[in-house]
Amino acid sequence: MTTLPERTDKKLGLVIDLDICVGCHACAVNCKEWNTGGYGAALSDQDPYGADPTGTWLNRIHTYEVEPREGPAQIVHFPRSCLHCEDAPCVTVCPTGASYKRVEDGIVLVNEDHCMGCGLCAWACPYGARELDAAAGVMKKCTLCVDRIYNDNLPEEDRVPACVRSCPAGARHFGDLSDPNSDVAQLVTERGGLDLMPEMETKPVNKYLPPRPKDARAPGPDLAALAEPEAKGFLGWLDKALERL
Amino acid sequence: MHPAPSLIVFTVLSGLGMGMIAWIGLGLGSESHLFGWIAGPLALAVAGLGGVASVGHLARPDRAWRAFSQWRSSWLSREACLMVTAKVTFVVYLALWLLLDIRVWPLGWLAAALATATVYATAMIYAQLRTVPMWSGAPTPHLFIAMMMAGGLLAGSAVKASVGLDVPIGYMVVWVLGAAGTAVWWQTQAAGAGRGLYGSSAETATGLVGRGQVRSLERPHTGSNYLLKEMAYTVGRRRAFELRRLGAILGFIVPLVLALASYLVGAWALIPAVLAHIAGMLALRWLFFAEAEHVQALYYGAR
Repeated sequence: MTTLPERTDKKLGLVIDLDICVGCHACAVNCKEWNTGGYGAALSDQDPYGADPTGTWLNRIHTYEVEPREGPAQIVHFPRSCLHCEDAPCVTVCPTGASYKRVEDGIVLVNEDHCMGCGLCAWACPYGARELDAAAGVMKKCTLCVDRIYNDNLPEEDRVPACVRSCPAGARHFGDLSDPNSDVAQLVTERGGLDLMPEMETKPVNKYLPPRPKDARAPGPDLAALAEPEAKGFLGWLDKALERL
Repeated sequence: MHPAPSLIVFTVLSGLGMGMIAWIGLGLGSESHLFGWIAGPLALAVAGLGGVASVGHLARPDRAWRAFSQWRSSWLSREACLMVTAKVTFVVYLALWLLLDIRVWPLGWLAAALATATVYATAMIYAQLRTVPMWSGAPTPHLFIAMMMAGGLLAGSAVKASVGLDVPIGYMVVWVLGAAGTAVWWQTQAAGAGRGLYGSSAETATGLVGRGQVRSLERPHTGSNYLLKEMAYTVGRRRAFELRRLGAILGFIVPLVLALASYLVGAWALIPAVLAHIAGMLALRWLFFAEAEHVQALYYGAR
Protein backbone atom coordinates (compact mmCIF):
# COMPACT_ATOMS: atom_id res chain seq x y z
CA MET A 1 0.00 0.00 0.00
CA THR A 2 1.44 3.33 -1.02
CA THR A 3 0.14 5.33 1.88
CA LEU A 4 2.86 6.13 4.39
CA PRO A 5 2.77 4.64 7.88
CA GLU A 6 1.78 7.06 10.66
CA ARG A 7 4.97 6.21 12.46
CA THR A 8 7.66 3.59 12.21
CA ASP A 9 9.05 1.53 15.10
CA LYS A 10 12.61 2.37 14.12
CA LYS A 11 14.20 4.84 11.74
CA LEU A 12 17.09 2.94 10.28
CA GLY A 13 19.36 5.12 8.23
CA LEU A 14 22.81 6.37 7.43
CA VAL A 15 24.85 9.23 8.79
CA ILE A 16 27.43 10.40 6.28
CA ASP A 17 30.36 12.45 7.45
CA LEU A 18 31.30 14.97 4.77
CA ASP A 19 34.30 15.98 6.87
CA ILE A 20 35.83 12.53 6.45
CA CYS A 21 34.70 11.29 3.04
CA VAL A 22 37.68 11.19 0.68
CA GLY A 23 35.64 10.54 -2.46
CA CYS A 24 37.18 7.14 -3.24
CA HIS A 25 33.88 5.63 -4.58
CA ALA A 26 34.53 2.38 -2.68
CA CYS A 27 31.03 2.55 -1.12
CA ALA A 28 29.44 2.94 -4.56
CA VAL A 29 31.44 0.05 -5.99
CA ASN A 30 30.64 -2.26 -3.10
CA CYS A 31 26.99 -1.18 -3.26
CA LYS A 32 26.84 -2.14 -6.92
CA GLU A 33 28.65 -5.41 -6.24
CA TRP A 34 26.39 -6.48 -3.39
CA ASN A 35 23.09 -5.30 -4.82
CA THR A 36 23.60 -6.68 -8.31
CA GLY A 37 23.64 -10.16 -6.86
CA GLY A 38 21.31 -9.75 -3.90
CA TYR A 39 17.82 -8.36 -3.43
CA GLY A 40 15.74 -8.20 -6.63
CA ALA A 41 16.81 -7.63 -10.21
CA ALA A 42 20.47 -7.13 -11.05
CA LEU A 43 21.85 -3.59 -11.48
CA SER A 44 22.38 -3.74 -15.21
CA ASP A 45 24.82 -1.82 -17.39
CA GLN A 46 24.22 -0.86 -20.99
CA ASP A 47 27.14 -0.74 -23.41
CA PRO A 48 29.54 -1.24 -20.47
CA TYR A 49 32.70 -1.54 -22.58
CA GLY A 50 31.56 0.68 -25.44
CA ALA A 51 31.75 4.36 -26.19
CA ASP A 52 28.71 5.43 -24.17
CA PRO A 53 28.34 3.26 -21.09
CA THR A 54 25.40 3.78 -18.72
CA GLY A 55 24.07 1.74 -15.86
CA THR A 56 22.06 1.56 -12.69
CA TRP A 57 23.72 2.61 -9.44
CA LEU A 58 22.10 3.08 -6.04
CA ASN A 59 24.84 5.30 -4.69
CA ARG A 60 26.75 7.95 -6.59
CA ILE A 61 29.63 10.08 -5.39
CA HIS A 62 29.82 13.73 -6.36
CA THR A 63 32.65 16.15 -5.73
CA TYR A 64 31.90 19.81 -5.11
CA GLU A 65 33.97 22.90 -4.74
CA VAL A 66 32.72 25.34 -2.12
CA GLU A 67 34.02 28.79 -2.75
CA PRO A 68 33.58 31.28 0.07
CA ARG A 69 33.64 34.98 -0.65
CA GLU A 70 37.02 35.20 1.04
CA GLY A 71 39.58 32.54 1.75
CA PRO A 72 40.51 29.35 -0.02
CA ALA A 73 37.97 27.08 -1.69
CA GLN A 74 37.08 23.78 -0.06
CA ILE A 75 36.57 20.43 -1.77
CA VAL A 76 33.67 18.34 -0.48
CA HIS A 77 33.08 14.74 -1.55
CA PHE A 78 29.42 13.93 -1.43
CA PRO A 79 27.89 10.43 -1.59
CA ARG A 80 24.26 10.56 -2.72
CA SER A 81 21.75 7.76 -2.15
CA CYS A 82 18.21 7.21 -0.85
CA LEU A 83 17.53 9.11 2.39
CA HIS A 84 14.61 6.83 3.44
CA CYS A 85 12.45 9.91 4.07
CA GLU A 86 9.71 9.93 6.67
CA ASP A 87 7.43 11.77 4.22
CA ALA A 88 8.68 9.93 1.17
CA PRO A 89 6.95 11.44 -1.90
CA CYS A 90 8.15 8.51 -4.03
CA VAL A 91 5.90 6.17 -2.05
CA THR A 92 2.65 8.10 -2.19
CA VAL A 93 2.80 8.75 -5.95
CA CYS A 94 3.18 5.04 -6.79
CA PRO A 95 0.07 3.86 -8.65
CA THR A 96 0.65 0.11 -8.33
CA GLY A 97 1.47 -0.25 -4.65
CA ALA A 98 5.00 -1.40 -5.48
CA SER A 99 6.66 1.33 -3.41
CA TYR A 100 6.27 1.17 0.33
CA LYS A 101 7.81 2.26 3.61
CA ARG A 102 8.22 -0.45 6.20
CA VAL A 103 6.51 0.08 9.55
CA GLU A 104 9.08 -1.93 11.50
CA ASP A 105 12.22 -0.03 10.49
CA GLY A 106 11.25 2.77 8.08
CA ILE A 107 13.15 1.36 5.09
CA VAL A 108 11.68 2.46 1.75
CA LEU A 109 11.51 -0.46 -0.66
CA VAL A 110 10.15 -1.39 -4.08
CA ASN A 111 8.27 -4.63 -4.64
CA GLU A 112 9.78 -5.43 -8.01
CA ASP A 113 7.06 -7.95 -8.85
CA HIS A 114 4.45 -5.16 -8.79
CA CYS A 115 6.42 -2.25 -10.34
CA MET A 116 5.21 -1.36 -13.85
CA GLY A 117 8.15 0.96 -14.56
CA CYS A 118 6.22 4.21 -15.02
CA GLY A 119 9.04 6.23 -13.48
CA LEU A 120 6.82 8.61 -11.51
CA CYS A 121 8.56 7.84 -8.20
CA ALA A 122 11.89 8.90 -9.72
CA TRP A 123 10.23 12.18 -10.71
CA ALA A 124 8.88 12.66 -7.20
CA CYS A 125 12.27 12.17 -5.52
CA PRO A 126 14.29 15.38 -5.08
CA TYR A 127 17.51 13.48 -4.48
CA GLY A 128 17.89 11.32 -7.58
CA ALA A 129 17.77 8.21 -5.46
CA ARG A 130 15.69 6.06 -7.80
CA GLU A 131 16.79 4.73 -11.16
CA LEU A 132 14.77 2.68 -13.61
CA ASP A 133 16.81 -0.33 -14.62
CA ALA A 134 16.93 -0.45 -18.41
CA ALA A 135 17.18 -4.24 -18.56
CA ALA A 136 14.68 -5.26 -15.89
CA GLY A 137 12.24 -2.37 -16.46
CA VAL A 138 11.66 -1.92 -12.74
CA MET A 139 12.65 0.84 -10.34
CA LYS A 140 15.82 0.25 -8.34
CA LYS A 141 16.80 2.04 -5.16
CA CYS A 142 18.86 1.67 -2.00
CA THR A 143 17.42 -1.08 0.22
CA LEU A 144 19.68 -0.14 3.12
CA CYS A 145 21.00 -3.65 2.38
CA VAL A 146 17.92 -5.18 3.93
CA ASP A 147 19.38 -8.56 2.91
CA ARG A 148 22.51 -7.95 5.00
CA ILE A 149 21.40 -6.13 8.14
CA TYR A 150 19.05 -8.92 9.31
CA ASN A 151 21.08 -11.77 7.82
CA ASP A 152 22.03 -14.26 10.53
CA ASN A 153 24.24 -16.15 8.08
CA LEU A 154 26.69 -13.27 8.02
CA PRO A 155 29.22 -12.53 10.76
CA GLU A 156 27.88 -9.82 13.03
CA GLU A 157 30.30 -7.15 11.80
CA ASP A 158 28.97 -7.64 8.27
CA ARG A 159 25.35 -6.97 9.24
CA VAL A 160 25.54 -3.36 8.09
CA PRO A 161 24.91 -1.89 4.63
CA ALA A 162 27.63 -2.73 2.11
CA CYS A 163 28.59 0.94 1.74
CA VAL A 164 29.17 1.30 5.49
CA ARG A 165 31.16 -1.92 5.66
CA SER A 166 33.43 -0.93 2.80
CA CYS A 167 34.17 2.70 3.67
CA PRO A 168 37.92 2.78 4.34
CA ALA A 169 37.76 6.19 6.00
CA GLY A 170 34.92 5.54 8.44
CA ALA A 171 32.78 8.26 6.92
CA ARG A 172 29.57 6.24 6.90
CA HIS A 173 27.56 5.19 9.94
CA PHE A 174 24.46 3.02 10.20
CA GLY A 175 21.92 2.83 12.98
CA ASP A 176 18.52 3.69 14.41
CA LEU A 177 18.01 7.43 14.25
CA SER A 178 14.78 7.26 16.27
CA ASP A 179 16.74 6.21 19.37
CA PRO A 180 18.36 9.34 20.85
CA ASN A 181 20.97 7.17 22.61
CA SER A 182 22.14 5.42 19.46
CA ASP A 183 25.63 6.17 18.17
CA VAL A 184 24.26 7.70 14.99
CA ALA A 185 21.80 9.96 16.82
CA GLN A 186 24.61 11.10 19.16
CA LEU A 187 26.77 11.92 16.15
CA VAL A 188 23.96 13.96 14.59
CA THR A 189 23.49 15.91 17.82
CA GLU A 190 27.19 16.54 18.41
CA ARG A 191 28.05 17.49 14.86
CA GLY A 192 24.88 19.27 13.80
CA GLY A 193 23.65 16.71 11.26
CA LEU A 194 21.86 18.20 8.26
CA ASP A 195 18.84 17.41 6.12
CA LEU A 196 19.26 17.74 2.36
CA MET A 197 16.80 20.10 0.65
CA PRO A 198 14.58 20.61 3.70
CA GLU A 199 12.38 22.87 1.53
CA MET A 200 11.15 19.73 -0.24
CA GLU A 201 9.45 18.73 3.06
CA THR A 202 10.44 15.09 2.80
CA LYS A 203 11.87 14.73 6.35
CA PRO A 204 14.92 12.63 5.39
CA VAL A 205 16.05 10.00 7.89
CA ASN A 206 19.65 9.96 6.62
CA LYS A 207 21.72 12.87 7.90
CA TYR A 208 24.88 14.50 6.62
CA LEU A 209 27.54 15.77 9.00
CA PRO A 210 28.89 19.07 7.66
CA PRO A 211 32.60 19.44 6.94
CA ARG A 212 34.42 21.50 9.53
CA PRO A 213 35.46 24.91 8.26
CA LYS A 214 38.87 24.95 6.73
CA ASP A 215 41.65 26.16 9.01
CA ALA A 216 42.43 29.82 8.52
CA ARG A 217 45.83 30.02 6.91
CA ALA A 218 48.38 31.40 9.40
CA PRO A 219 50.45 34.26 7.99
CA GLY A 220 53.55 32.46 6.73
CA PRO A 221 57.14 33.71 6.33
CA ASP A 222 57.89 36.29 3.67
CA LEU A 223 59.06 33.92 0.94
CA ALA A 224 60.30 36.65 -1.36
CA ALA A 225 62.66 37.93 1.31
CA LEU A 226 63.98 34.43 1.95
CA ALA A 227 64.89 34.09 -1.70
CA GLU A 228 67.36 36.96 -1.36
CA PRO A 229 70.79 35.72 -0.21
CA GLU A 230 71.74 37.45 3.00
CA ALA A 231 75.19 39.09 2.79
CA LYS A 232 77.32 39.43 5.88
CA GLY A 233 80.60 41.10 6.81
CA PHE A 234 82.37 43.17 4.18
CA LEU A 235 79.89 42.18 1.44
CA GLY A 236 77.01 43.19 3.74
CA TRP A 237 78.58 46.58 4.33
CA LEU A 238 79.12 46.93 0.54
CA ASP A 239 75.50 45.91 -0.18
CA LYS A 240 74.13 48.52 2.23
CA ALA A 241 76.57 51.18 0.96
CA LEU A 242 75.53 50.54 -2.66
CA GLU A 243 71.86 50.66 -1.67
CA ARG A 244 72.43 54.09 -0.14
CA LEU A 245 73.86 55.39 -3.42
CA MET B 1 12.14 16.84 -17.96
CA HIS B 2 12.36 14.35 -20.80
CA PRO B 3 9.49 15.00 -23.24
CA ALA B 4 8.47 11.39 -23.84
CA PRO B 5 6.37 11.09 -27.03
CA SER B 6 4.08 8.59 -25.30
CA LEU B 7 3.17 11.12 -22.61
CA ILE B 8 2.73 14.00 -25.04
CA VAL B 9 0.40 12.01 -27.31
CA PHE B 10 -1.42 10.62 -24.29
CA THR B 11 -2.09 13.94 -22.54
CA VAL B 12 -3.11 15.72 -25.76
CA LEU B 13 -5.41 13.01 -27.14
CA SER B 14 -6.87 12.00 -23.79
CA GLY B 15 -7.58 15.68 -23.09
CA LEU B 16 -9.24 16.13 -26.47
CA GLY B 17 -11.33 12.96 -26.17
CA MET B 18 -12.36 13.76 -22.60
CA GLY B 19 -13.23 17.28 -23.72
CA MET B 20 -15.57 15.86 -26.37
CA ILE B 21 -17.10 13.47 -23.84
CA ALA B 22 -17.67 16.40 -21.47
CA TRP B 23 -19.40 18.55 -24.10
CA ILE B 24 -21.53 15.71 -25.49
CA GLY B 25 -22.45 14.77 -21.92
CA LEU B 26 -23.47 18.36 -21.27
CA GLY B 27 -25.74 18.27 -24.32
CA LEU B 28 -23.78 19.55 -27.30
CA GLY B 29 -25.63 18.49 -30.49
CA SER B 30 -28.73 17.91 -28.42
CA GLU B 31 -31.16 15.74 -30.39
CA SER B 32 -29.37 14.60 -33.53
CA HIS B 33 -28.75 10.84 -33.58
CA LEU B 34 -26.41 11.26 -36.54
CA PHE B 35 -24.24 13.60 -34.47
CA GLY B 36 -24.31 11.14 -31.59
CA TRP B 37 -23.29 8.21 -33.77
CA ILE B 38 -20.28 10.08 -35.16
CA ALA B 39 -19.13 12.26 -32.25
CA GLY B 40 -19.66 9.69 -29.47
CA PRO B 41 -17.52 6.87 -30.89
CA LEU B 42 -14.99 9.44 -32.15
CA ALA B 43 -14.58 10.86 -28.64
CA LEU B 44 -14.07 7.37 -27.26
CA ALA B 45 -11.61 6.50 -30.02
CA VAL B 46 -9.52 9.64 -29.48
CA ALA B 47 -9.45 9.20 -25.70
CA GLY B 48 -8.79 5.48 -26.17
CA LEU B 49 -5.88 6.14 -28.50
CA GLY B 50 -4.45 8.42 -25.81
CA GLY B 51 -4.86 5.64 -23.27
CA VAL B 52 -2.97 3.23 -25.52
CA ALA B 53 -0.16 5.78 -25.91
CA SER B 54 0.14 6.11 -22.12
CA VAL B 55 0.82 2.37 -21.81
CA GLY B 56 3.77 2.93 -24.16
CA HIS B 57 5.43 4.90 -21.37
CA LEU B 58 5.61 1.87 -19.09
CA ALA B 59 8.67 -0.34 -18.90
CA ARG B 60 6.44 -3.23 -17.79
CA PRO B 61 3.05 -2.68 -19.50
CA ASP B 62 1.94 -6.19 -18.54
CA ARG B 63 1.52 -4.85 -15.00
CA ALA B 64 -0.50 -1.77 -15.96
CA TRP B 65 -3.64 -3.28 -14.42
CA ARG B 66 -2.08 -2.81 -10.99
CA ALA B 67 -2.38 0.96 -11.47
CA PHE B 68 -6.09 0.72 -10.54
CA SER B 69 -5.26 -0.26 -6.98
CA GLN B 70 -3.80 2.81 -5.25
CA TRP B 71 -6.51 5.46 -5.76
CA ARG B 72 -6.39 6.36 -2.07
CA SER B 73 -2.94 7.93 -2.35
CA SER B 74 -1.77 8.16 -5.96
CA TRP B 75 -2.96 10.64 -8.59
CA LEU B 76 -1.79 8.36 -11.38
CA SER B 77 -3.94 5.58 -10.00
CA ARG B 78 -6.90 7.96 -9.58
CA GLU B 79 -6.46 9.02 -13.19
CA ALA B 80 -6.58 5.42 -14.38
CA CYS B 81 -9.73 4.68 -12.34
CA LEU B 82 -11.47 7.90 -13.38
CA MET B 83 -10.60 7.36 -17.04
CA VAL B 84 -12.26 3.96 -17.14
CA THR B 85 -15.25 5.13 -15.09
CA ALA B 86 -15.77 8.16 -17.34
CA LYS B 87 -15.63 6.06 -20.50
CA VAL B 88 -17.99 3.39 -19.16
CA THR B 89 -20.49 6.02 -17.96
CA PHE B 90 -20.33 7.73 -21.33
CA VAL B 91 -20.86 4.44 -23.22
CA VAL B 92 -23.97 3.69 -21.14
CA TYR B 93 -25.29 7.23 -21.68
CA LEU B 94 -24.58 6.98 -25.42
CA ALA B 95 -26.16 3.52 -25.74
CA LEU B 96 -29.36 4.59 -23.94
CA TRP B 97 -29.58 7.68 -26.12
CA LEU B 98 -28.78 6.18 -29.52
CA LEU B 99 -30.12 2.63 -29.21
CA LEU B 100 -33.12 3.04 -26.92
CA ASP B 101 -33.77 6.73 -27.53
CA ILE B 102 -33.77 7.46 -23.80
CA ARG B 103 -31.76 10.57 -22.98
CA VAL B 104 -30.75 10.31 -19.33
CA TRP B 105 -29.44 13.81 -18.80
CA PRO B 106 -27.98 13.31 -15.30
CA LEU B 107 -25.97 10.38 -16.68
CA GLY B 108 -24.55 12.70 -19.36
CA TRP B 109 -23.68 15.28 -16.73
CA LEU B 110 -22.03 12.57 -14.66
CA ALA B 111 -19.95 11.50 -17.68
CA ALA B 112 -18.95 15.14 -18.21
CA ALA B 113 -17.96 15.52 -14.55
CA LEU B 114 -15.96 12.29 -14.62
CA ALA B 115 -14.20 13.31 -17.86
CA THR B 116 -13.23 16.65 -16.30
CA ALA B 117 -12.08 14.86 -13.15
CA THR B 118 -9.93 12.55 -15.30
CA VAL B 119 -8.12 15.47 -16.87
CA TYR B 120 -7.80 17.10 -13.45
CA ALA B 121 -6.16 13.91 -12.16
CA THR B 122 -3.81 13.84 -15.17
CA ALA B 123 -2.76 17.41 -14.40
CA MET B 124 -2.33 16.62 -10.71
CA ILE B 125 0.24 13.93 -11.56
CA TYR B 126 2.45 16.84 -12.62
CA ALA B 127 1.12 19.50 -10.26
CA GLN B 128 1.81 17.35 -7.17
CA LEU B 129 5.56 17.24 -7.89
CA ARG B 130 7.26 19.71 -5.59
CA THR B 131 10.47 18.56 -7.26
CA VAL B 132 9.40 20.34 -10.47
CA PRO B 133 8.51 23.86 -9.28
CA MET B 134 7.36 24.90 -12.77
CA TRP B 135 4.59 22.33 -12.56
CA SER B 136 3.67 22.49 -8.89
CA GLY B 137 3.96 26.26 -8.64
CA ALA B 138 1.86 26.93 -11.75
CA PRO B 139 -1.90 26.34 -12.02
CA THR B 140 -1.30 23.21 -14.09
CA PRO B 141 -4.82 21.76 -13.54
CA HIS B 142 -6.45 25.00 -14.77
CA LEU B 143 -4.27 24.88 -17.85
CA PHE B 144 -5.10 21.25 -18.65
CA ILE B 145 -8.85 21.74 -18.11
CA ALA B 146 -8.94 24.93 -20.20
CA MET B 147 -7.17 23.09 -23.02
CA MET B 148 -9.47 20.08 -22.67
CA MET B 149 -12.66 22.17 -22.89
CA ALA B 150 -11.40 24.28 -25.79
CA GLY B 151 -10.27 21.22 -27.79
CA GLY B 152 -13.39 19.23 -27.01
CA LEU B 153 -15.70 22.03 -28.08
CA LEU B 154 -13.72 22.65 -31.25
CA ALA B 155 -13.81 18.95 -32.22
CA GLY B 156 -17.46 18.59 -31.21
CA SER B 157 -18.42 21.67 -33.23
CA ALA B 158 -16.52 20.31 -36.24
CA VAL B 159 -18.54 17.09 -36.13
CA LYS B 160 -21.73 19.06 -35.57
CA ALA B 161 -21.10 21.28 -38.57
CA SER B 162 -20.10 18.29 -40.70
CA VAL B 163 -23.51 16.66 -40.21
CA GLY B 164 -25.21 19.89 -41.16
CA LEU B 165 -26.19 21.25 -37.75
CA ASP B 166 -25.89 24.87 -36.78
CA VAL B 167 -23.21 25.78 -34.25
CA PRO B 168 -24.05 29.34 -33.33
CA ILE B 169 -22.93 29.81 -29.73
CA GLY B 170 -20.19 27.28 -30.06
CA TYR B 171 -17.88 29.61 -31.91
CA MET B 172 -18.11 32.26 -29.27
CA VAL B 173 -17.35 29.80 -26.52
CA VAL B 174 -14.46 28.34 -28.51
CA TRP B 175 -13.14 31.82 -28.84
CA VAL B 176 -13.46 32.65 -25.17
CA LEU B 177 -12.04 29.33 -23.96
CA GLY B 178 -9.28 29.37 -26.52
CA ALA B 179 -8.26 32.83 -25.46
CA ALA B 180 -8.54 31.98 -21.78
CA GLY B 181 -6.52 28.84 -22.31
CA THR B 182 -3.83 30.74 -24.13
CA ALA B 183 -3.67 33.34 -21.41
CA VAL B 184 -3.39 30.81 -18.63
CA TRP B 185 -0.80 28.85 -20.54
CA TRP B 186 1.19 31.94 -21.41
CA GLN B 187 1.24 33.11 -17.83
CA THR B 188 2.23 29.80 -16.36
CA GLN B 189 4.61 28.29 -18.85
CA ALA B 190 6.00 31.04 -21.03
CA ALA B 191 7.70 33.08 -18.34
CA GLY B 192 9.19 30.04 -16.64
CA ALA B 193 6.98 30.72 -13.63
CA GLY B 194 7.86 28.67 -10.63
CA ARG B 195 11.59 28.45 -11.19
CA GLY B 196 13.30 28.65 -7.81
CA LEU B 197 9.93 28.79 -6.06
CA TYR B 198 10.99 26.70 -3.07
CA GLY B 199 14.49 28.15 -2.97
CA SER B 200 16.32 24.97 -3.93
CA SER B 201 19.92 25.38 -5.00
CA ALA B 202 23.17 23.44 -5.13
CA GLU B 203 23.70 24.72 -1.58
CA THR B 204 20.43 23.35 -0.13
CA ALA B 205 20.85 20.14 -2.16
CA THR B 206 24.19 19.40 -0.51
CA GLY B 207 23.39 20.92 2.87
CA LEU B 208 26.40 23.24 2.44
CA VAL B 209 24.42 26.41 3.09
CA GLY B 210 26.18 29.61 4.12
CA ARG B 211 29.65 28.42 3.20
CA GLY B 212 29.93 30.04 -0.17
CA GLN B 213 29.09 29.02 -3.67
CA VAL B 214 28.76 25.28 -4.27
CA ARG B 215 29.92 24.19 -7.69
CA SER B 216 30.01 20.70 -9.19
CA LEU B 217 33.68 19.88 -9.63
CA GLU B 218 33.40 16.24 -10.66
CA ARG B 219 30.30 14.26 -11.52
CA PRO B 220 30.07 10.69 -10.24
CA HIS B 221 30.62 9.38 -13.76
CA THR B 222 31.82 10.67 -17.10
CA GLY B 223 28.88 9.30 -19.08
CA SER B 224 25.17 9.89 -18.83
CA ASN B 225 22.61 8.00 -16.74
CA TYR B 226 18.87 7.53 -16.26
CA LEU B 227 18.64 10.55 -13.96
CA LEU B 228 20.29 12.91 -16.42
CA LYS B 229 18.32 11.63 -19.41
CA GLU B 230 15.01 11.80 -17.59
CA MET B 231 15.42 14.77 -15.23
CA ALA B 232 18.02 17.06 -16.78
CA TYR B 233 16.75 17.20 -20.34
CA THR B 234 17.91 20.43 -21.93
CA VAL B 235 17.65 19.78 -25.68
CA GLY B 236 15.42 22.24 -27.49
CA ARG B 237 15.10 24.86 -24.77
CA ARG B 238 17.08 27.16 -27.01
CA ARG B 239 14.24 27.18 -29.55
CA ALA B 240 11.52 27.42 -26.92
CA PHE B 241 10.32 30.86 -27.94
CA GLU B 242 9.84 29.92 -31.60
CA LEU B 243 8.12 26.68 -30.68
CA ARG B 244 5.82 28.47 -28.25
CA ARG B 245 4.82 30.97 -30.90
CA LEU B 246 4.20 28.16 -33.39
CA GLY B 247 2.13 26.30 -30.79
CA ALA B 248 0.03 29.36 -30.02
CA ILE B 249 -0.59 30.07 -33.71
CA LEU B 250 -1.47 26.48 -34.63
CA GLY B 251 -3.26 25.69 -31.41
CA PHE B 252 -5.46 28.76 -31.07
CA ILE B 253 -5.15 31.45 -33.72
CA VAL B 254 -5.50 29.23 -36.82
CA PRO B 255 -8.50 27.33 -35.35
CA LEU B 256 -10.24 30.58 -34.41
CA VAL B 257 -9.66 32.12 -37.84
CA LEU B 258 -10.89 28.94 -39.54
CA ALA B 259 -13.90 28.79 -37.21
CA LEU B 260 -14.89 32.31 -38.21
CA ALA B 261 -14.10 31.59 -41.86
CA SER B 262 -16.40 28.56 -41.81
CA TYR B 263 -19.36 30.98 -41.83
CA LEU B 264 -18.24 32.03 -45.28
CA VAL B 265 -16.61 28.95 -46.83
CA GLY B 266 -18.59 26.18 -45.15
CA ALA B 267 -18.36 23.80 -42.23
CA TRP B 268 -15.49 21.77 -43.69
CA ALA B 269 -13.10 24.52 -42.50
CA LEU B 270 -13.60 23.26 -38.94
CA ILE B 271 -11.84 19.99 -39.74
CA PRO B 272 -8.44 21.58 -40.53
CA ALA B 273 -9.12 23.80 -37.51
CA VAL B 274 -9.21 20.74 -35.24
CA LEU B 275 -6.10 19.27 -36.88
CA ALA B 276 -4.21 22.55 -36.43
CA HIS B 277 -5.33 22.67 -32.80
CA ILE B 278 -3.96 19.15 -32.20
CA ALA B 279 -0.64 20.03 -33.86
CA GLY B 280 -0.36 23.20 -31.76
CA MET B 281 -1.19 21.32 -28.58
CA LEU B 282 1.48 18.71 -29.34
CA ALA B 283 4.07 21.50 -29.67
CA LEU B 284 2.96 23.17 -26.44
CA ARG B 285 2.86 19.90 -24.53
CA TRP B 286 6.35 19.10 -25.75
CA LEU B 287 7.47 22.40 -24.25
CA PHE B 288 5.54 21.68 -21.05
CA PHE B 289 7.93 18.78 -20.47
CA ALA B 290 11.11 20.05 -22.13
CA GLU B 291 11.11 23.35 -20.27
CA ALA B 292 10.33 21.93 -16.84
CA GLU B 293 13.32 21.79 -14.52
CA HIS B 294 13.80 19.14 -11.86
CA VAL B 295 15.63 20.00 -8.62
CA GLN B 296 17.58 16.75 -8.93
CA ALA B 297 19.63 18.29 -11.75
CA LEU B 298 21.16 20.65 -9.17
CA TYR B 299 23.35 17.79 -7.97
CA TYR B 300 24.90 17.67 -11.42
CA GLY B 301 25.32 21.41 -11.79
CA ALA B 302 22.62 21.25 -14.46
CA ARG B 303 19.09 22.59 -14.72
